Amino acid sequence: METPISPLFIPKPHLQLLLDELRRRKYSVVGPTIDQDAIVYGDIHSVEQLPQGWTDEQAPGHYRLKRREDESWFGYVVGPHSWKKYLFPPKTTLLSAEKTESGWQFIPRSADTTKFALLGVRACELAAMRIQDQVFLDGPYQDPLYRERREQLFIIAVNCTQAASTCFCTSMKTGPRCEKGFDLALTEIDSGFLCEVGSERGREVLDAFISSARRASEGSSNDANSTNENVTSLPILDATPEQLRSAETARQQAVDQITKHMETSDLPGLLLSNLDHPRWKEVGERCLSCTNCTMVCPTCFCSSVTEVRDLNMDRVERERTWDSCFNPDFSYLGGSLVRNDTASRYRQWLTHKLDSWHAQFGTSGCVGCGRCITWCPVGIDITEEVAAIREGTLP
Amino acid sequence: MTATRPTLHENPWYTHTVRITDLIDETEGVATYHLKFTDGDAATAYEFIPGQFNMLYLPGVGESAISMSGDPARKNGWIHTVRVAGNVTKTLARLRRGDTLGLRGPFGTGWPVADLVGTDVVIVAGGLGMAPLRPLVYHLMNHREQFGKIWLILGARTSDGLLYPCEYSAWQKRDLEVILTVDRATADWNGHVGVVTQLIDRLQLPRPEQTQMVTCGPEVMMKYAAMSGHRLGIDAGRIWVSMERNMQCAAGLCGHCQLGPEFICKDGPVIRYDRIRPYLFVEQL
Repeated sequence: METPISPLFIPKPHLQLLLDELRRRKYSVVGPTIDQDAIVYGDIHSVEQLPQGWTDEQAPGHYRLKRREDESWFGYVVGPHSWKKYLFPPKTTLLSAEKTESGWQFIPRSADTTKFALLGVRACELAAMRIQDQVFLDGPYQDPLYRERREQLFIIAVNCTQAASTCFCTSMKTGPRCEKGFDLALTEIDSGFLCEVGSERGREVLDAFISSARRASEGSSNDANSTNENVTSLPILDATPEQLRSAETARQQAVDQITKHMETSDLPGLLLSNLDHPRWKEVGERCLSCTNCTMVCPTCFCSSVTEVRDLNMDRVERERTWDSCFNPDFSYLGGSLVRNDTASRYRQWLTHKLDSWHAQFGTSGCVGCGRCITWCPVGIDITEEVAAIREGTLP
Repeated sequence: MTATRPTLHENPWYTHTVRITDLIDETEGVATYHLKFTDGDAATAYEFIPGQFNMLYLPGVGESAISMSGDPARKNGWIHTVRVAGNVTKTLARLRRGDTLGLRGPFGTGWPVADLVGTDVVIVAGGLGMAPLRPLVYHLMNHREQFGKIWLILGARTSDGLLYPCEYSAWQKRDLEVILTVDRATADWNGHVGVVTQLIDRLQLPRPEQTQMVTCGPEVMMKYAAMSGHRLGIDAGRIWVSMERNMQCAAGLCGHCQLGPEFICKDGPVIRYDRIRPYLFVEQL
């Protein structure tokens, strides 16, 4: 059937059918779920795994799950995970080496066939993916694993309907509204989701989903014993004006709740022209160099390669793992460390993220998701550090 | 080369087997390796721009970024001059003719050979910094008529550290002025003693505004060489340095080699001095 241009209304229980449709198409569906007292991204087979009725309370160095007053399925902001773990895995084998009679042979990694469907991607996270696309695909060299996974990716965005105290996507112009870069985008309202289509692939899946919802609905009305009765007896229709208004109100609530701001008018330039600012030393004394900010950042892309050897040295794998500019070894050069103290490492991270990233990729490396603020054990706030450097700068 | 191999663009990690076909001891701890692909090599297999580097891979030990030091016109194998520094180069030094290792490349920017056409060229090399400059010297010699005056100022700690001494007379014959200096004179030495900058300062440049400087060596040497060049009238936009940083991917993907906004692996190693100068001597950048 033809999918209408205007948003559709999907009754809440039907989301399971959408997941089923994606699984039928051999996608591994991953989405938000609760683990270790946080909302993280993991395999999702059932909508029951979603953090229904939970929200996250965030502040500098602070993250707590709390019960909501309602049963929203996506009533949280962002957690410690980002989707980069699927496109740029924390640990992957790049190639292997094998010793043969005629010497070393090198075996490239075989092509990756994993198809991921991401459920619950926020606007800032869509922006982060666009930024990582530039790093891993748009330069003179591509990361092959990232390319293979990115090409097959299916993205279901979910608009934010609330913001944390750490959010500043409006400053970075990345959200909170999902504008582009998704296959489908949902906005959650009381009884269901408004669904927009963002790509041909999204349209195709949505059409198939609607047909299967219809078939299921007919099946359940014919079969009184159907266990799916409550799931599928509701129709999927164009959203009503009232539903459209509810969705708009819900999305506006996220905008209204954003209080944090980062001034960007003098970025790039501000930080690279203040490399000897006293603030670096000051923040270097607070920073623990723990790497949390770089691990939770959805755009940080630094990595290292290690050799994983058999005991007999006949086979070696080259393993790439996430690394961080906060690790002292990261800047090792010719027997010593270039960045030998925490202040210099913090300066590297911040100037790269907010300043030199522009020269390298034509965009800021920050999307305003606030993860680095929340997950910093000592609550260092990126927006405050930038403001402090600006304040101490002579015009 | 077979059609199924990915390009470096598609997969910069794709690693080829190379065999050591020749091995020349240069100076203490420095040797030159001749490497050839084991799986057949097309005419284009060994193409590179002077100043570019390959990643040499010793399985189980790791990779090291090593500049080409051979003649870019010869295209019959990779030539790398390597000093024993870390684990990779230490392991490489234990290999013999016939042994195999991994190689991927060529990576990075090269010396600005097109920009040098029609100009006078001051080449300043310190110690092993001569290795990445030798392909450029070969290129200038191969196309001698395209370039004006050429000076090569080469410094080393002692005369033993002056690389490729057998070639200087051939270069001199092709109208390249070779000026040597050492930090410390040994009994056999009767040439200049002192740093390269003293010799740059003495150059009489007939047309400084059409003179370019290319330099490779320790960062502090390149800095003072550039300052001397500047005093002679070579502005920073006509000075080129070759930088060294920790490189793991060689493709701008791993983040290690950043210096200010530059990825030394893909925006360098050869970088115009005015671009890198603001970041070169900021402590711990």
